[in-house]
Amino acid sequence: MKKSYVLLSILSYVAILASLYMALIYAPTEKSMGAVQRIFYFHVPSAWVSFIAFGVVAVASFLFLRSGAAKWDLLARSAAEVGMLFLTLVLLTGPLWAKPVWGVYWTWDARLTTSFILWLIYMAYLMLRSYVVDRERGARFAAVFGIIGFLDVPIVYMSIRWWRTLHPSAVIAGSDGSGLESSMLQTLLVCVVAFTLLFITLLIYLYQSTMLSDEIEQLKTTDS
Amino acid sequence: MKSLGHILAIIQKDLLTELRNKEIIMSMLVFSLIVVAVFNFTFDPGSEQMQKTAPAILWVAILFAGNLGLSRSLSREYENGRMQGLLLCPMDRSLIFVAKVIGNIFYMGIMQMVTVPVMIVLFGVTIGSFAGLLVLILFLGTLGFAAVGTLFSTISANTKSREIMLPILMFPVVVPIILAATKSTAGLMNGDPAGHIWAWMKILIAFDIIFTVACYLLYEHVLEE
Repeated sequence: MKKSYVLLSILSYVAILASLYMALIYAPTEKSMGAVQRIFYFHVPSAWVSFIAFGVVAVASFLFLRSGAAKWDLLARSAAEVGMLFLTLVLLTGPLWAKPVWGVYWTWDARLTTSFILWLIYMAYLMLRSYVVDRERGARFAAVFGIIGFLDVPIVYMSIRWWRTLHPSAVIAGSDGSGLESSMLQTLLVCVVAFTLLFITLLIYLYQSTMLSDEIEQLKTTDS
Repeated sequence: MKSLGHILAIIQKDLLTELRNKEIIMSMLVFSLIVVAVFNFTFDPGSEQMQKTAPAILWVAILFAGNLGLSRSLSREYENGRMQGLLLCPMDRSLIFVAKVIGNIFYMGIMQMVTVPVMIVLFGVTIGSFAGLLVLILFLGTLGFAAVGTLFSTISANTKSREIMLPILMFPVVVPIILAATKSTAGLMNGDPAGHIWAWMKILIAFDIIFTVACYLLYEHVLEE
């Protein structure tokens, strides 16, 4: 068991190094945006990973409500924490790119607003966990909130999309006239794989350490 | 038919309690008027901006005041073990949700009955012959808000600092409902001829259905076992 974790850690370490090389050296500089476009290679994978993470939260929450098994709750909690990390990265890298390209750090466009609201929802999710004294009850509340929160994501997105949108549309599998140069696409794919590996590694380690700290808590209470 | 009787019994119990001290309705009413008044200070007198932002201010007032009332209406249940009593009743637990949502819509409706006319007068908004439509929009917005709010206020009533937890949980989630409600109201108040009102109202109805069903299905999980 331990060995596979170490292997996974090494693998994601190498993958992140490779993605750094690809994003900063291998990929050509974009014509109109210049070097700042390279943020794209970290921004998009982070967004991708955070959506996976919140999907994991929703599925694990659902399974927890179904079965009541503590492992699903642990998984949901760990995934929410890792997801927050990546979503924060998304919200930090986005404005850095937007300032030189759009001229402003922030605009209330569909994707930006959705990401921001998503961040608030999962911040509330993590706060909720620490505000409920009873552990079992807190887990149930968090699961309910995790499901509603995830359900809210497409709804927030659609509602604001009808309202206004500015974010560049999907460059891959998007409409005509969009598309990436092949070396850029390769870079992006490597970055997505690397970030996904990093996510899995972090999730597993967080899951393990949360389980251990839970165990310690339990030992403390049963002892006294 | 039997469940209808159960629902009515719970609503009757809640309204009776409310009639005795009028705590929820009064605090919501006064607070919503304060919000309207405070926002009024941010504009120059008689500026056109005031009418343009009136729908947004109206929904912010409903959101804030509703938050206050929802928090109270559920935390009240956890005093003196009232919720225990409700849970012991031989009936389907999801009926508690239905009754609570209806009760909360009722409180918010009473608040709106005063706040909205006052707002229309103070902000110089013209709604023309659309009064019926405005009532419908208010109801739809309140329905979605009350459904999400009832679920989350039951959660927050069981947390350490309930007053803080409710808005933190609820506000980000109700954004789509408030947005659609504000847009419909704005279309109506600005005399929008392009038919945007209907487009936004349809969206509002869709959101109401999604949220109400989801909250209804999840509600029994937040009640104590």
